[in-house]
Amino acid sequence: MSVAVFLELENNEYKKSSIEALVYGSQLAQMMGIELVAMAFQASGNTDELGKYGAQSFIALGDTNHINADSAPTIISAASASVNATVIILSNSYTGKNLSPQIAVSSNASLATNVVSLPASANDFTVKRGVYSGKAFAYVTLNKSTKVLALTPNSFDIKENPQTCNISAYNGESANSKINVVSTDKVTGKVALTEAEVVVSGGRGLKGPENWGMVEEMADLMNGATACSKPVSDMEWRPHSEHVGQTGITIKPNLYIAIGISGAIQHLAGVSSSKIIVVINKDPEAPFFKAADYGIVGDAFEVVPKLISALKA
Amino acid sequence: MSVVPDTTTKIQFNSDKTELQKDGVQFIINPYDELAITKGLEIAEANNGTVTVIHVGPAENDPSIRKALSMGVNEAIRVNSIAYDAQFVAHEIAQHATEYDLILTGRESIDFNGGAVCGLLAAELGIPSVNVVTEIQYADGNCTMTRDIDGGRETVSCPTPCVASAQKDLCEPRIPNMRGIMAARTKPLNVVAASGAAEYSNISSFESPAPKSGVKMIDADNAEELINILKNDLKVI
Repeated sequence: MSVAVFLELENNEYKKSSIEALVYGSQLAQMMGIELVAMAFQASGNTDELGKYGAQSFIALGDTNHINADSAPTIISAASASVNATVIILSNSYTGKNLSPQIAVSSNASLATNVVSLPASANDFTVKRGVYSGKAFAYVTLNKSTKVLALTPNSFDIKENPQTCNISAYNGESANSKINVVSTDKVTGKVALTEAEVVVSGGRGLKGPENWGMVEEMADLMNGATACSKPVSDMEWRPHSEHVGQTGITIKPNLYIAIGISGAIQHLAGVSSSKIIVVINKDPEAPFFKAADYGIVGDAFEVVPKLISALKA
Repeated sequence: MSVVPDTTTKIQFNSDKTELQKDGVQFIINPYDELAITKGLEIAEANNGTVTVIHVGPAENDPSIRKALSMGVNEAIRVNSIAYDAQFVAHEIAQHATEYDLILTGRESIDFNGGAVCGLLAAELGIPSVNVVTEIQYADGNCTMTRDIDGGRETVSCPTPCVASAQKDLCEPRIPNMRGIMAARTKPLNVVAASGAAEYSNISSFESPAPKSGVKMIDADNAEELINILKNDLKVI
């Protein structure tokens, strides 16, 4: 028996959210007293790094292009079965969201996405997951003997657990893909919003899209991502992909800075899991202050430049 | 489609934390499912097709199904059961979804946020899954779709039948007109029994997020102090 972790790569490096999944898997494998197996779509793995976080073996699933193919879930499922994996762990990234349900079907497993905790015991396998778009959590017991978990990024601290990691290659069949990628448009050099540790977000209080320069500058200085409220994306000041809130993206950064956002319940739903929330608003009655850790009442156009110069200092 | 609490709902639970407090809560069609329905109607209208909506839920959700019918959907199937979890729902939908060219879901429901039904359904039916799509062009048994991926967007081409999940930007949700509302009253809403059992998972309890301990205010004239706190005290930057 084993715990299997599927890792994603970005520029040939394991993504931080995947390392979090590996660390989670390592703690779970220790708890269950079984082996931890890592796997990724690459020709050969970085066993030094994988071993550092607890992987005892690594299965190279082959070419990275396979990740987009519709055979990817079947390959991961088959590789997991080859090591008798009873738990298969992924990150709840867009890739993970696409793969995890399909893996659950081909592995005849119980599925939980948005997972934010380890189970209290491996026998009664109950995990905590986010529900109601950040307004609540649910404790879900997974009944099938095999489980597939997709973990919310930024939910687990990275800890080392050095092991010797052996490598093997997956030699199974891979069917032709029906889905063909026509073109890819990736924003390079920017931190993905769902995985960012720092997010700087702007609302209607910024008055217009031309004023986002300071939001971007502040985010860049902290190696963070930019986000916005629903009205801002509805008015097309910013792309919808930046909209955080109940009908947008739910995020969980270490630091969330909201500038000129009043804090409607739908917005709070998407950001309330952030570890530290800072609110900058000229209205002292803005409801967001009640959900914040730190607040500044003041004009964004005066406060933000001060923060930028302090960051540069 | 799913039926969920309105986005303005303050989420509260009963005293033993096992059920949502439903008093005074308005239930609506899941916002992403409204987009899926609208896009389905647009594609069907351009290709002389029809649209069926499939819902797993109790009879109290019928008003939301009627709303979907008033948007222009031709017929509805309701699997008469509680929607226990994504896997149960996808399995029930799969029993009735074998004959369609294109199956659209929302990218997630705003209550359980599983985001799993698209992939589960596709895998059960053995057809491709394309999730989080912001654009669909259908022509001659093929869909060209743009989907959100980590750090960007990607355009893919995929033969039908396939399953795709709707992300915002796909379209503007259609608002029913009076004629549609009148017509919806007599459209078929077929109620069927569930075929499987809830065997995948069960929710033992809910928990509300821990309240914040209280906001610490920093004077605007002294805003730089915030950076000092973030950097040196909290070490988050």
